[in-house]
Amino acid sequence: MALETIIGAWVATGLTFFIFSFLYKDNPLFKLAENLYVGVSVGYTIVKTYDTVIVQLIWKPIVENGEWALLIPVAIGTLMLTRYVPKAAWLSRYAFAFIVGVGSGLAIPRTISSFILKQIEDTIRPLMMLVPGEGITFTWSLLNPASSLNTIIILIGVSSVLFYFFFSVEHTGPGKVVARTGILFLMIAFGAAFGYTVMARMSLLIGRLTDLIEFTDPSYGWPSLWLLGLTILTLVVMSRRSSSKQPKEE
Amino acid sequence: MIFLRRQVPLLITLITGIVFAAQYYVPHPASEQMLTSVTKWLQIIGGFALVLGVSSLFHVHAIKIRRKEAGWGYSFVLYVSMLGTIAVGLWSNGKEAVDGTMTAFGWIYNFMMVPLQGTMFAILAFFIASAAYRSFRARSREAAVLLIAAVIVMMGRVPLGEYLIPLSGDLSQWILNVLNASVRRAILIGVSLGTVALSIKIIFGMERSYLGGGKE
Repeated sequence: MALETIIGAWVATGLTFFIFSFLYKDNPLFKLAENLYVGVSVGYTIVKTYDTVIVQLIWKPIVENGEWALLIPVAIGTLMLTRYVPKAAWLSRYAFAFIVGVGSGLAIPRTISSFILKQIEDTIRPLMMLVPGEGITFTWSLLNPASSLNTIIILIGVSSVLFYFFFSVEHTGPGKVVARTGILFLMIAFGAAFGYTVMARMSLLIGRLTDLIEFTDPSYGWPSLWLLGLTILTLVVMSRRSSSKQPKEE
Repeated sequence: MIFLRRQVPLLITLITGIVFAAQYYVPHPASEQMLTSVTKWLQIIGGFALVLGVSSLFHVHAIKIRRKEAGWGYSFVLYVSMLGTIAVGLWSNGKEAVDGTMTAFGWIYNFMMVPLQGTMFAILAFFIASAAYRSFRARSREAAVLLIAAVIVMMGRVPLGEYLIPLSGDLSQWILNVLNASVRRAILIGVSLGTVALSIKIIFGMERSYLGGGKE
């Protein structure tokens, strides 16, 4: 096995245990890994942005294809950096105005088309379907999201939730029933979102544990076992040190 | 001067906003080309915005190290790891692998970033579970509905759950694809209406907070 893979296994295992040590309590090992994570992530983002923006979107098109018009966004972007010069900081407003203006302009028609009209269109679908040989049918299957029964349920859900968030009308009488139906739909959706998130996190946890089990292999030098012992030992020593310091301070 | 500082930015927002809203309704190659170009432009300008954010991070931790404040050693670790990753990344030309061989930058990604990110999010599983244990009490009908939906979805997404409650798989799919989808759709419609209203307010200068405060 390649040396860099073995070293990588040791580093990955150590960092995994350092993060897991937070389950015991906040400690220096966790803080070390936490800051390392922020540093590496920011460094990674900087390199990727440099490669994508500076090299691929600015340098290569200008030098290789002579796309000099790209100097305009470079100039606009540079205006943002004037925030560091208090006297010229107002120039950064031009850059923000451009971004916000373009963003707002692009958002209006696209949001109306994709997120309002399309969603309404998908909600108000025909209840009956014309099936060749069977004529007009009403499908009862709950498992098929496009069935007629589910179409009614979706219509009730969308309308009641929208009504619940509509505060211009007092939720009394029949309106109260609709609003309460909306709350029930919302609660189910929140519960489902919670369950889904928990299982996604569990999946990540299983992934990390799978790696730790893999790194118990002798070909890596048993990093999982050694580093687990070392992490526990460090935590015990730190705990003893802090508990022996406390009475003296008192 | 107020014209340059206050009115010109509003004018830029108004013109760009109207032009790019109108662009959607002009099915001409020149219009499409304009959209492609401005998308690229926004990416480039976004890169400069990153400089602002990162320099702020640099500044905060540099002060901590210079003043030797509590926990300055961790700031030093952050600095070293960030600069180290940048150096290695530039040396590897920003590539994780070349011809199928992992670069030093790829090594940092695979053996540092992925485990750190994965573990950081994985420990949330424990905290979510403990938070759920403390807060998931069926005190009201709504809370009971939330609890039942969460349990069904959790059971339906693992083989053991489906083994224990055979219906949970189908039920979980139905909850996600029908009930959850209808709520997401309603929320999406509401958020979109808000987005359109806010965009109109920004374009016509009624919403100006993005220009920041300070001197006129």
